[in-house]
Amino acid sequence: MTVQQILFFYFATVIVLLSLGAVTMRNSVYSVLMVLAMFFHMAGIYLTLNAEFLAAVQVVVYAGAVLVLYLFVVFLVNLKQEARITRFVKHPALGGVMAGALFLMLLFAFGSFSLGPQGAWPVAAIEEATFTRALAMELFTRYLLPFEVVGLILLIAVVGGIVLAKREESQEGAGRETAGSSITRGEA
Amino acid sequence: MALVVHMLILVGVVLLHVAYATYFERKVIGHMQVRMGPTRVGPLGLLQPIADGIKLFFKEDVIPGCADRTLFYAAPIICLVAAMANLAVLPFASGLVLAKINIGLLFVFAMSSLASYGVVLAGWASNSKFSFLGGLRSMSQVISYEIALGLSLVGVMMMAGSLDLSEIVAAQQQSRFGIYAIPQFLGFFVFVVAMLAETNRAPFDLPEAESELVAGYFTEYSGIRFSLFFMAEYIGMLVMASIATICFLGGWSGPFAVPHVPFFWFAAKIYGIMFFYFWLRATLPRYRYDQLMSLGWKVLIPLALLNIVVTGFVKTIF
Repeated sequence: MTVQQILFFYFATVIVLLSLGAVTMRNSVYSVLMVLAMFFHMAGIYLTLNAEFLAAVQVVVYAGAVLVLYLFVVFLVNLKQEARITRFVKHPALGGVMAGALFLMLLFAFGSFSLGPQGAWPVAAIEEATFTRALAMELFTRYLLPFEVVGLILLIAVVGGIVLAKREESQEGAGRETAGSSITRGEA
Repeated sequence: MALVVHMLILVGVVLLHVAYATYFERKVIGHMQVRMGPTRVGPLGLLQPIADGIKLFFKEDVIPGCADRTLFYAAPIICLVAAMANLAVLPFASGLVLAKINIGLLFVFAMSSLASYGVVLAGWASNSKFSFLGGLRSMSQVISYEIALGLSLVGVMMMAGSLDLSEIVAAQQQSRFGIYAIPQFLGFFVFVVAMLAETNRAPFDLPEAESELVAGYFTEYSGIRFSLFFMAEYIGMLVMASIATICFLGGWSGPFAVPHVPFFWFAAKIYGIMFFYFWLRATLPRYRYDQLMSLGWKVLIPLALLNIVVTGFVKTIF
């Protein structure tokens, strides 16, 4: 096994364990921290793939911004104990069967995996141009239109979020500038 | 092996710097408030930081009864590790850098966003009102300034065409003014404001706000754990001052070369910025946290975006 493979198996195993931890932890703050550690390991996988820009952005955006908001919500709701919800389905076995079937389906799908054709950027080319430059060149030349479309969709989501938050505020009346309202707007 | 020695030297130098930054701060603020600052321990009070260090080391380590122990232990370590990891990518002089990576700037962002978790978790794990409020404030602070901090540096990235800190300095030396602070004055302004919020320094020291929250997130910490937070804060200041120096003030280049001390200008610029930190602390009152939020979202982010657009236009035309 090469160093890369060892690293991959380490990251993959830890990601699976941490994800399991995130959904099984009793304390929601610990769950968020499990996800935080998982994001760092995902960044590690990106690093082994020469995608250092993606790794850094993964940490900056997901660990730095998104998870802080999650943590904020967890704190605001302040769950002293775990939330208890009554089962949607009576028999736990039913869920198990469904999950098992999905897992089997994925296992079978594995067989049809095949390596795609060689792209314009083999590893050597990326290492020479650095990943950041390669990504930017692809994004802003060949994939400019999809890039702009994604940007527009995100903009619509942001505007929509602001409109929704504004409406709630005017229903509350007074239209005061409270800290809470500006946070929700930030989140949007 | 050489790498380990380099690391030890770097950590030693930085810790010494941290110790004497506190002395520098107390002297500067003392004189600004027409006091003497520390004078008793050693000549001119020069041994004061050492005495403080020894005192903190031997103090009783108190842990509140209902604290979440695991996170209470982990929080100061997260802060310190995140602050110290940044030191590895900072170029102090040409070639004088522990790890030259081509995303140095993003690495610093990533690590500084990790540092805020230490603060937030310390606030939560202490199980105390003051700490918790400090932690919450820190979170609201993070979402107010971090975007502006990132955007303020985009102009620099565009002008330098690189995320590698050494290359940013090299590109700066080739540029017309020699420093990016002149063409990027808008970005520099936004960066400086966001830098103060990032390091939790006055006027944005809301998470610790000693007049309202006792000591904010580290109210319940004592002894060595308290000093870990202290070190993390000062290393954070050093790192942010270094980023300002590297990205806007020309890094290690200066008006003339100083023989045998390649990092002379770098150190001089950093100490200038540290003085600026202390000066602000002695001068400005604290912001309210909703004021910081509206400052971040309504002033800093639009300014940073404007800067990016203008930089883009200028770069395309010339």
